[in-house]
Amino acid sequence: MGNPNKAKAERGLMRWVDDRFPATQMVQEHLTKYYAPKNFNFWYFFGSLALLVLVNQILTGVWLTMSYNPSAEGAFASVEYIMRDVEWGWLIRYMHSTGASAFFVVVYLHMFRGLLYGSYKAPRELVWIFGMTIYLLLMAEAFMGYLLPWGQMSYWGAQVIISLFSAIPGIGPDLAQWVRGDFLISGITLNRFFALHVVALPIVILALVVLHLIALHEVGSNNPDGIDIKDKKDESGKPLDGIPFHPYYTVKDIVGVAVFLFVFAVVIFYFPEGGGYFIEKPNFEPANPLKTPDHIAPVWYFTPFYAILRAINFSLFGLDAKFLGVVCMGGAIAVLFVLPWLDRSPVRSMRYKGWMSKVMLALFAVSFVILGILGVLPSTAGRTLLAQVCTLIYFAFFLLMPFYTRLEKTKPVPERVTG
Amino acid sequence: MADNGVNKGRRRFLVGATTVVGAVGAVGVAVPFVASWQPSARARAAGAPVQADVSKLEAGQRMTVEWRGRPVWIINRSPEMIERIEDFDASRLADPDSEEPQQPGYVSGPLRSIRPEIGVLIGICTHLGCSPLFRPEPDAVEVDNWPGGFFCPCHGSFFDLAGRVFRNVPAPTNLEVPPYRFETDDIIIVGEDEETA
Repeated sequence: MGNPNKAKAERGLMRWVDDRFPATQMVQEHLTKYYAPKNFNFWYFFGSLALLVLVNQILTGVWLTMSYNPSAEGAFASVEYIMRDVEWGWLIRYMHSTGASAFFVVVYLHMFRGLLYGSYKAPRELVWIFGMTIYLLLMAEAFMGYLLPWGQMSYWGAQVIISLFSAIPGIGPDLAQWVRGDFLISGITLNRFFALHVVALPIVILALVVLHLIALHEVGSNNPDGIDIKDKKDESGKPLDGIPFHPYYTVKDIVGVAVFLFVFAVVIFYFPEGGGYFIEKPNFEPANPLKTPDHIAPVWYFTPFYAILRAINFSLFGLDAKFLGVVCMGGAIAVLFVLPWLDRSPVRSMRYKGWMSKVMLALFAVSFVILGILGVLPSTAGRTLLAQVCTLIYFAFFLLMPFYTRLEKTKPVPERVTG
Repeated sequence: MADNGVNKGRRRFLVGATTVVGAVGAVGVAVPFVASWQPSARARAAGAPVQADVSKLEAGQRMTVEWRGRPVWIINRSPEMIERIEDFDASRLADPDSEEPQQPGYVSGPLRSIRPEIGVLIGICTHLGCSPLFRPEPDAVEVDNWPGGFFCPCHGSFFDLAGRVFRNVPAPTNLEVPPYRFETDDIIIVGEDEETA
């Protein structure tokens, strides 16, 4: 098997590196001697898939930047240029635009996994908070990226979102003007969103991904049973229910990657606009500040929060409806950050929680999906009422959690993971 | 433990003083970065107030100036037009008394203007941003007892000559009145508020 002299030379090289940089130590800590629970299931694919999509976005994004022109006069035309004249430009752009939607698909599933198995609970609070911050910045990143093609929906979607700032009493209108850098959304706004989208936010997101992983590897991965595998170790100190991340989970994740890439490629090649949900139809028309599209809907991954915003059509506590809507929308995201302190259950996993937690999680998931659908549709009286009910359930899931997780009877948690 | 001659009080003071000076410096450095996001001089110039000379605007005529990328109409309303606005059946209008904040505080009443004859309106339909058509004469559109006004051809909204929206049309609110003031009897500055004396 190979040339013994060559193997010896490689060891020599590795030792030379290790004396100067902890390469072997890092590989061991994070891969070959990072023990992950052996009972990971389907839900555990989405973390590594999110990393894959992040790499896709950065790679395709850098290539798009080479042909894109961030000016009000040139942006729309340069996107058409990428689509028609740049060699393989259409593929790189569709990989990027489809990648944005894919990112949110895997991130939403990744977050749901956290809710399902209590992965946010002690000692993983910081893992959760770093993750939530990534999610928040990802929304900002996607929002700013959507302005760049400078189509009608780019323009008017940004108009709607930036005007949310102006609902804040007192400083609102000045704040919105500060964000735009102009009296209306213009090339100035486009330029700064470009800078944030391609430079500032990606750097911060990458740094947070590193923090998310360092925090995870410090406390160890949770698992579908919500048991600490570090409690049961063999005589050499390895967790009895743990297996090294590499090669076991790297190989498992390759299967997930293959399936994911299969679906991803089908969308890129056959449905790159996602039926008008990934790239909305009005975005094939250049931005026109004097002509509002008939119906403005955000891209699908924002629609649950947009539906919450629109559901608030009444004033309360002296706050007018528009501002209250903004508060509720912001609150819907903010409440996720404090989730680790809302859950008072003695167990982590939904497998051992009581019926109340299960019903609430199911209601929450259904409401979230319904809100997502309502956010795409034009509002009617009936739909607004449904959105109000779903908003109520959304907040009830979080705000009642300290009570129902404490009141309900939990099942006994096994000593070892259950396969 | 012996503190090896370390003066802890002085050390704490030095650490504290360095921190405070550093924090002040950080805030100072942040100022240009935050202020850099304000509209630039060029953006401010492009959004600057515009002047309009109404001396040559005959009664019943309209002129259009552009302010911040939007058309601003200036209408010289004849005494008959003013009468038609004031006598119009208010129950057919959605917001006859201009309760929605679609105008500066110093314009009020059914005419929504500083001087009764000169109306100033932003010529963008409040429904979906089309520019409505000027139909000042009675019987110009097929509406019973048309007082003269504006008709939006995109989705069929009607406004009177004061920009007040009719009931049961797609547009939700009256046409916007921009901030404006009279520099002289003939010169209007659009985009600047009237001095509150």
